[in-house]
Amino acid sequence: MTIIEERHTISVLVDNEPGVLARVIGLFSGRGYNIESLTVSEIDNISKLSRISIVTRGTPMVIEQIKAQLARIVPVHTVRDLTSAGAHIERELALIKIVNSGEDRIEALRIASTFRARTLDSTLESFVFEITGSSSKVQAFVDLMSSLGEVEVSRTGVSAISRGAVADMPIRT
Amino acid sequence: MDGVDKTNTDADNTAATVTGAEAILKVLAEEGVEVIFGYPGGAVLPIYDALFKSNTIRHILVRHEQAAVHAAEGYARSTGKTGVVLVTSGPGATNAVTGLTDALMDSIPLLCLTGQVPTHLIGNDAFQEADTTGITRPCTKHNYLVKSADTLCSSLREAFHVASTGRPGPVVVDLPKDVQMADVTVEEKDVAKVTARYQPQTEPDRAAVRKAAEMIAAAKQPVIYGGGGIINSGPAASDKLRELVALTGFPTTLTLMGLGALPSSDKHFLGMLGMHGTYEANLTMYHCDVMLNIGARFDDRVTGRTNAFSPNSAKIHVDIDPSSVNKNITVDLPIIGDAGRVIELLIEELKAIKFKPDADAMAAWWGKIQSWKSIDCLRFDQSGDIIKPQYAIHRLWEKTQGMDAFVSTEVGQHQMWAAQYFGFEEPNRWMTSGGLGTMGYGLPAAMGVQIGNPDKLVIDIAGEASFMMNMQEMSTLAQYNLPVKMFIINNEWMGMVRQWQELIHGGRYSESYSESLPDFLKLADSFGMKGLRADTVDDLDGIIDEMVAHDGPVLADIRVAKEENCFPMIPSGAAHNEMLLGPEDKAAAPVSEEGMVLV
Repeated sequence: MTIIEERHTISVLVDNEPGVLARVIGLFSGRGYNIESLTVSEIDNISKLSRISIVTRGTPMVIEQIKAQLARIVPVHTVRDLTSAGAHIERELALIKIVNSGEDRIEALRIASTFRARTLDSTLESFVFEITGSSSKVQAFVDLMSSLGEVEVSRTGVSAISRGAVADMPIRT
Repeated sequence: MDGVDKTNTDADNTAATVTGAEAILKVLAEEGVEVIFGYPGGAVLPIYDALFKSNTIRHILVRHEQAAVHAAEGYARSTGKTGVVLVTSGPGATNAVTGLTDALMDSIPLLCLTGQVPTHLIGNDAFQEADTTGITRPCTKHNYLVKSADTLCSSLREAFHVASTGRPGPVVVDLPKDVQMADVTVEEKDVAKVTARYQPQTEPDRAAVRKAAEMIAAAKQPVIYGGGGIINSGPAASDKLRELVALTGFPTTLTLMGLGALPSSDKHFLGMLGMHGTYEANLTMYHCDVMLNIGARFDDRVTGRTNAFSPNSAKIHVDIDPSSVNKNITVDLPIIGDAGRVIELLIEELKAIKFKPDADAMAAWWGKIQSWKSIDCLRFDQSGDIIKPQYAIHRLWEKTQGMDAFVSTEVGQHQMWAAQYFGFEEPNRWMTSGGLGTMGYGLPAAMGVQIGNPDKLVIDIAGEASFMMNMQEMSTLAQYNLPVKMFIINNEWMGMVRQWQELIHGGRYSESYSESLPDFLKLADSFGMKGLRADTVDDLDGIIDEMVAHDGPVLADIRVAKEENCFPMIPSGAAHNEMLLGPEDKAAAPVSEEGMVLV
């Protein structure tokens, strides 16, 4: 029997209080769940709410467990599985520094332009590019850059939201 | 004094300002707390000072913080109230961790107050500092670090709410010493605010209950499998279960945590199920066509090998915790809600559809169950002078009939024998460490039970090895003259370890002999307690009578057969229909390699 693992993107609305991220991460490590990516930031400074976007992988049974376990945490308000809920958008932002020279340097700039990356910093032998897009686009860009010089990467991880006219997880309610 | 909050000096504020420590006691009293189990230390001295000045709450001084938590568990499980613990920072908190984990695994409502170094020292590796909220995060239902006096009362009140509602569990409130000494205004309790963040679903989806009634009505080979959720729901849930069983006539089994929810004398009761459950309970589970699980969580001790667990049944799972559903076993119909409430509605729905059990099908089903029962899986051979442990517990039960005894246990063979041979007629009479399997649980738990039920007969059925893990609490029994009966099944072995070594590790008894045991009679004597010893079968009844009749604590050292094993047994990695009934079975069914790695 092959076990089919699925990739799911889960949004979690939590009280922005000390320890809340530790509760979420501790749940994943303690129960042996995977985290592919995790982003968190306060999104509502009046109600003090943060939104955590988690990309995880597991069997359907494990994904159900992850959601149920997350919902059990007291400072967690809402858990939404964007992957099962329907169409949604996933984006991440990455900063990529490339150190090189000569033809490779020109090629890096050309590729950056194709990927609509912005140049944030430049020296005579380096660039810092900013790129946003799906994780696969970011990865493709990083792979290309890596073949053109020494590369340093900082990625935010996936931030996600559902498509359509319904605000599933509204703030300031 | 550094860190003391002196900002709260609003002249218009008419509510009385008290210290943080006094506010804590005030909130506890408001929540109906009558007793605290604790141990003092530097970081909780302000609270102990406030206790000294107040006479609203009784403090029971234990001898080790782990015991404080187990005592609070025993108190909670026997009374239905939230148990309260008070310990100091650092080692006080870390010593409490085993008890907290135990309470989490067994869903016991606890509030554990821990002292903490003053806020300005947190993170400095101060004396007796530990990251208590960090350490206890995975072993509590929720925890708080109260960094400001402003959030003291609200945190405590929410802590009570979280601990006692939904699936109950332990909650830690970590209290820096400066917060305990700060000025606090105790505001009126605003229930809506306290309960806003945590609102577990107790009311089930009515359509799901209706569906369950239909499934039950169509069942030919049903079983009810009840667990600790019924006990946690309160005595009314056990009453409802009795009503449901009487209405349906369905065979019913209970988990270790659920014993007492249905009287052991009820003719529908099959005994406990699981690894050391009865043959009839496990085979009924294996062969059933509809399984109604109420308040149990398909624990691995219950299911055995999951891919062979009750292969042909439609499964209904009633649980207050959505994360218990489809965790170990995929079910056909989950119902989220309070066990008592679900049973109540289920009875309504069954009555609404004019439910009548299918008489022919039930007669055939009970006929099968009778044939399994006739194996008499709990039989044992009491011959000769040496006391069989099963016999000792069975006689203890027989001789305490009608006394409404409360029983706690330690962990191991004696625990399973107690579950098998001591019958419970009512809920809240049976305190045992089920999920965590904590040796040393029984004596402190019995203390807590006795505090909560001062006039009742409270017995700790113990093994000598487990007993020694928390035997310092004999001093607490002596101090408060708690008439707990310590009934030690003494076989001079860590019996369950020895049993597994015999069955799985070729009889290589590595480190499982209880070497250098104390003379238990002298031990009892040294605490000013009555000590008794039964060496032969002829001694046993007299010793039990004398133990029960004595109005103080008693230690009874029951010398039993040393190499008796606990049967029936589902070996690790085996299924319900692959039980070992006795020693003669073991050669036929060696433990599989996958089973070897299981605990």
